[in-house]
Amino acid sequence: MLNKLKILFLTVAVTIGLVTAPMAGAETELNMYYPVAVGGPLTKIVDSMVADFMKENPDIKVNAIYAGNYNDARIKAFAALQSGKPAQLSVMFSIDIYELIEQDAIIAFDDVVETPEEKAWLNSFYPTLMENGRTAGKTWGIPFQRSTIVMYYNKDAFKAAGLDPDQPPATWQELVAAGQKLTKDDGSQWGVMIPSTGYPYWMFGALTMQNGQVLMNDAGNETYFDSPAVIEALQFWLDLGTKHKIMPAGTIEWGTLRQNFLEGKTAIMWHSTGNLTIVKEKAAFDFGVAMLPASKRRGTPTGGGNFYIFKKTSAAERKAAMRLIKFMTSPERSAEWSMKTGYMGISPAAYETSKLKAYVKDFPYAAVARDQLKYATAELSTYQTGRIRKALDDAIQAALTGAKSPEDALKEAQSLSERLLRPYQ
Amino acid sequence: MSRNIMRHVYGWLLLTPAAILLIAFTHYPTVATVIDSLFSKGSAIRPSRFVGLANYAMLVDDPIFWKVLTNNAWFALGTIPTSILLAIAMALLVNRAIPGRSLVRMAYFTPTILPMIAVANIWLFFYTPDIGLIDQAAGWFGFDGHNWLGDPATVLPAIIVMTIWKEAGFFMIFYLAALQNVPPELEEAARLEGSTRWYYFRRVLFPLLMPTTLFVMINAVLNSFKLVDHLFVLTKGGPDNASNLLLYYIFESAFSYFDTNYAATLTVILLGLLAVMALMQFYVLDKRVHYR
Repeated sequence: MLNKLKILFLTVAVTIGLVTAPMAGAETELNMYYPVAVGGPLTKIVDSMVADFMKENPDIKVNAIYAGNYNDARIKAFAALQSGKPAQLSVMFSIDIYELIEQDAIIAFDDVVETPEEKAWLNSFYPTLMENGRTAGKTWGIPFQRSTIVMYYNKDAFKAAGLDPDQPPATWQELVAAGQKLTKDDGSQWGVMIPSTGYPYWMFGALTMQNGQVLMNDAGNETYFDSPAVIEALQFWLDLGTKHKIMPAGTIEWGTLRQNFLEGKTAIMWHSTGNLTIVKEKAAFDFGVAMLPASKRRGTPTGGGNFYIFKKTSAAERKAAMRLIKFMTSPERSAEWSMKTGYMGISPAAYETSKLKAYVKDFPYAAVARDQLKYATAELSTYQTGRIRKALDDAIQAALTGAKSPEDALKEAQSLSERLLRPYQ
Repeated sequence: MSRNIMRHVYGWLLLTPAAILLIAFTHYPTVATVIDSLFSKGSAIRPSRFVGLANYAMLVDDPIFWKVLTNNAWFALGTIPTSILLAIAMALLVNRAIPGRSLVRMAYFTPTILPMIAVANIWLFFYTPDIGLIDQAAGWFGFDGHNWLGDPATVLPAIIVMTIWKEAGFFMIFYLAALQNVPPELEEAARLEGSTRWYYFRRVLFPLLMPTTLFVMINAVLNSFKLVDHLFVLTKGGPDNASNLLLYYIFESAFSYFDTNYAATLTVILLGLLAVMALMQFYVLDKRVHYR
């Protein structure tokens, strides 16, 4: 009896083995997390791109898993990593790079690419977009959903205030002058709004860059929060509300700013390019999009998500992941992604595709982010990035609400950041 | 003898399912948290090591910790008494025969049904300067707009008001249930004796409601420490930590700074606080509660 059972069991086991073995050999399965940080049916767009990939590559099966916003995606990826069943690749915040390296979670693309053609591919993207993906001489992240800050302005309000709607302010002085004309005394319309909740450090990165100073070094172990140009930039931000009175005092909510702009409560707003498509659909007035104004120079940080490959992967999985990433970042796909979302095309070749060329010709504002790239810098990202970002956020908000002077607030943030970064120098 | 043993085995077997759940999901995590709080933050490059009470020393030196603790105290003080008083008042109102009683009851209870995230999204637009509901209403009376969530002086009160709006209806249900259990003879007898309404409420009704008040109070205290969903939507703890609460700071430490050990330290403090408060309520208030 027992023997019979044994034989039966063995037969079943062998059969299963025989049936599944060739399949396992031919098919590589990839789990990929991706976040969505702006509104719109972005999951559908990603899913359809992945489906196209699997049609072209029947030997690879991709499970694209929507993982919430950038924070959620990072938490899920780390949880999966610790549970021993990690994803093979993921789209995550470009500024997570140092945390991912410190946790020994990701592998550099330099260690995955093999052919000269693949090595050249690493250099096919806009160099500015690579800044947040490169450190210690290696490339760790490949740009995918990337953005910059741009200036949206209400052309009707410009006309009503006697300003030329085709000449958006190009310097800080022009911004203040235009803002004073645009601000109405009864408070029904403000000149400009720069959001200071949600991602204050991001907006601030634009102001400091315009004033000729970056916030951190390339190695991610030094910050420059208390440099004079940075303090001056925060003073300017504060002055917009308190001295020039062209922006409401206190902090300005990130989440409701677009609504304020669409309802005409502010004539100018600084916001992510990710809002472009929805502003285009919703605005009841004639609007324009321009590069951010300059103090010593123009400037904006980049933003958004990169592709990463995890370390706990087999050679076959890494190869498959590379094929997927190359597909998703190819000029054709990048152009399609940019038109559907408002995110930027990530390589010069994407803007050379006939699709995107035609789109930009019809809607030139779609290219403002790209044209601004030559002035752009990396988004704030360091080791211990969460704490340091928060220290800067707190300093900005303390200054804008009048709790501390810009100089005191930034000096405090800098000394905290120096303490946190000492072990990494 | 063996029968006695069997009885013990039987008893323990009956306890096992509950014990497994409690140990796995309450006691083990608690102990693990305390142990974690004694280790340093680890990464692949620098493994976690035993640091004794260093995390607690860091906590004492952490101004944000003291800030969130103070905020939490104000948040508790602001929400608990007001929402309990409102709940009693609303329960008394809808316990009487008023026109459209079910409708009023439902109206009071609606905020409770809504998820906190939805509530926060609604109130985010109430509080928006100039275009928000509150500023528009104030505008009719000639008041200027105010940046409710952007001003450190008003952000915490703004959140307290929203929380009261959300919670009072929930507590009302308990008071309503308690009121239905009060025999009407008591009120008749009191009226025959010539007592005023207020006297009847103070000396008869309120003491009878004490068990409910104790229950509601414990819930309200717990909620004031564990409700932080709205912060994700409304303020993210800002501006400059003016609306940051302890549990949200724990979340930030664990999932934004990846300092799970510091988060564990903060959690131990939170657990200690809640335990002390629960014990105080049971031992001090319980003596004054009249159970029938």
